[in-house]
Amino acid sequence: MIYLDANATEPLRPEARSAAIAAMDCWGNPSSVHGEGRAARWVLEAARASIAARFGPGSVVFTSGGTEANALAIHGLAPGRRVLVGATEHPAVLAAASGAIVIPVDRQGLVDLAALETLLREGPALVCLMAANNETGVLHPIAEAAALCRAAGARLHVDAVQLAGRGAVPGGWDSLAISGHKLGGVKGAGALILAPGVEIGALIAGGGQERGRRGGTEPLPAIAAMAAAAACDPPVFAALRDGMEERLLALAPELVIAGADVSRLPNTSCLALPGVAAETQVIALDLDGVRVSAGAACSSGKVARSHVLEAMGFGALAGCAIRVSLPWNATAADVEGFVDAWAAMRARISRPTTRAPISALR
Amino acid sequence: MRVLVAMSGGVDSSVVAGLLAEAGHEVVGATLQLYDHGAASSRKGACCAGQDILDARRVADQLGIAHYVLDREARFRDAVMRDFADTYARGETPIPCVRCNQTVKFADLTALARDLGCEALATGHYARRVEGPDGAELHRAADVTRDQSYFLFATTQEQLEFARFPLGEMADKRAVRDVAARLGLGVAEKPDSQDICFVPDGRYADVVGRMRPDAMAPGEIVDDGGRVLGGHQGIARFTVGQGRGIGVAGPERLYVQRVEPLARRIVVGPRAALPQHSARAGEVNWLIAPPEAPMRVAVKLRGRELPQPAVIAWDPAAGEIDITLDVPGIVAPGQAAVVYAGERVIGGGFLRAVAPAPVALAV
Repeated sequence: MIYLDANATEPLRPEARSAAIAAMDCWGNPSSVHGEGRAARWVLEAARASIAARFGPGSVVFTSGGTEANALAIHGLAPGRRVLVGATEHPAVLAAASGAIVIPVDRQGLVDLAALETLLREGPALVCLMAANNETGVLHPIAEAAALCRAAGARLHVDAVQLAGRGAVPGGWDSLAISGHKLGGVKGAGALILAPGVEIGALIAGGGQERGRRGGTEPLPAIAAMAAAAACDPPVFAALRDGMEERLLALAPELVIAGADVSRLPNTSCLALPGVAAETQVIALDLDGVRVSAGAACSSGKVARSHVLEAMGFGALAGCAIRVSLPWNATAADVEGFVDAWAAMRARISRPTTRAPISALR
Repeated sequence: MRVLVAMSGGVDSSVVAGLLAEAGHEVVGATLQLYDHGAASSRKGACCAGQDILDARRVADQLGIAHYVLDREARFRDAVMRDFADTYARGETPIPCVRCNQTVKFADLTALARDLGCEALATGHYARRVEGPDGAELHRAADVTRDQSYFLFATTQEQLEFARFPLGEMADKRAVRDVAARLGLGVAEKPDSQDICFVPDGRYADVVGRMRPDAMAPGEIVDDGGRVLGGHQGIARFTVGQGRGIGVAGPERLYVQRVEPLARRIVVGPRAALPQHSARAGEVNWLIAPPEAPMRVAVKLRGRELPQPAVIAWDPAAGEIDITLDVPGIVAPGQAAVVYAGERVIGGGFLRAVAPAPVALAV
């Protein structure tokens, strides 16, 4: 089995595993006033400090994951503001910001800063932009967007779920969302980091945990694992990914790599093979023991068409792209195995003669 | 061998997957999502995947086989639902299960199976695939009450070579349920699906009306002499041979004799006026070399009747089969006419509307 679907979830890091197991023995409720509570709170606050040091400065609110962190930010910051979202945002953001104004992206998937600047003139706004796209790995110009927001007095929420742990997270945001399992932690914890001075109300009030911003007893093992995973050095594998893309292009000149001309996450490759349904590619590779994905995963398990690539103007080719995302422990042999399986798949699959005009997409 | 199994989530295709996996094959399960279940059942917030898809996944997980949900909404809408509405608008009676088998199931899944390196496509249809001297033959199922060979007539020879119907030899449904129970499948006692899958509430007129409002426009109900007996709310509500829900009272029950789409008119008459001796079928699929001379066969003109003795003649110029029934029967244009030689399906087509007998206009 070759696992190349890190952007769906990272394999558990050993550091995170150890931290989670240690935290399980700290079974007290962090809100309790007694000794067991204090012991648990010590672990919780150490994790909070570690996350703040890594991504801050700011105030860390633990949540159940990235989806909730994004929803909490939008719920907390949207009132009284128009919400502007990038066209390629994750459903976690799009669904939480219903009725939002969409900021277009260009053919490489970069947010249109001129359009953003124009939209910001129309009054108070909350801008939601992802640091790195989950499907293409394309990095938005967050620093430039932050400068525009600051000048216009707008708030900026950054979904850093995919960038955290894989590259330097730019500053200038009012709130930042991260997810534990995308860092190599265990599922069940995420965090919203609020820049100094930014205050929000709770989405789930509950028992007033997290200083009234997120009710519910904190899942200590997942939080400790997230902090431990976040403290790991980012893996270095841009050369691995670039080498893989070169080999694939040599095998299949018709291959289109989304966002190839701009800065991307070093682990992500979005590969469109004209005329071959993404679904067929994902299934064929899976049956050969190679795990990749396409588009956004629906809970039914069906392969849905990519709204990200459609926003980038891919047209019919949006249905022909798979996402290869290297996990922190990817090896050259994994990439080798993938390239071989991909080549075999391409050779086997029959294709209609009509193909999307590739030149138009470059 | 690696084999793709079309899994609907029902007991039949689940048993197919189970039997093939038990026999040691590498089974790949595929479930088609054909329409937005949440929208079709008008349940707010319901997932696009219905219970059947979840059942199929559960069976696959239980069997430990790979399973995928394939989004075929657009294809199904274009190839099956649109044809369904268009056929009604033409004044004919559609047969969506044949269209679905013909396109979404056999054409598309056979192609997918080949792309995935599978050596066969297996389904839960009740029909038998027999290795004959000239290749695969399509035969009626051992259980004649469950036989689905009628709905498979449009399967091409090439698709038939690649297809497997493991339930064809099953004695009856009970036997299938028993296998499901033996394999421990949760769907063993799941009720059979009913009616048309994309019209869960049975109100197919709403579906037609959305796609072809013209088929739901009001018109007149007349007798064979052109005398107006009443009005109707859309020709899509009528099918030739229908005797209920006509909405016209009379001394004897009246039956739909003919649908005239251009005039939006329903012609009704007594039961005795319905049966016809001859019929024509087009869009023909042959599973033998097309016969050069008239041939004595049995022909099945609707899903719920047995094949009837007839003589057919192939008209290659028109691409149509001329059918002469020994005993006159009801011919509903749009339905399938499937030709049997004994147990074997040798071909078939879709019944064509024969030019209507001249009708005197009421003046």
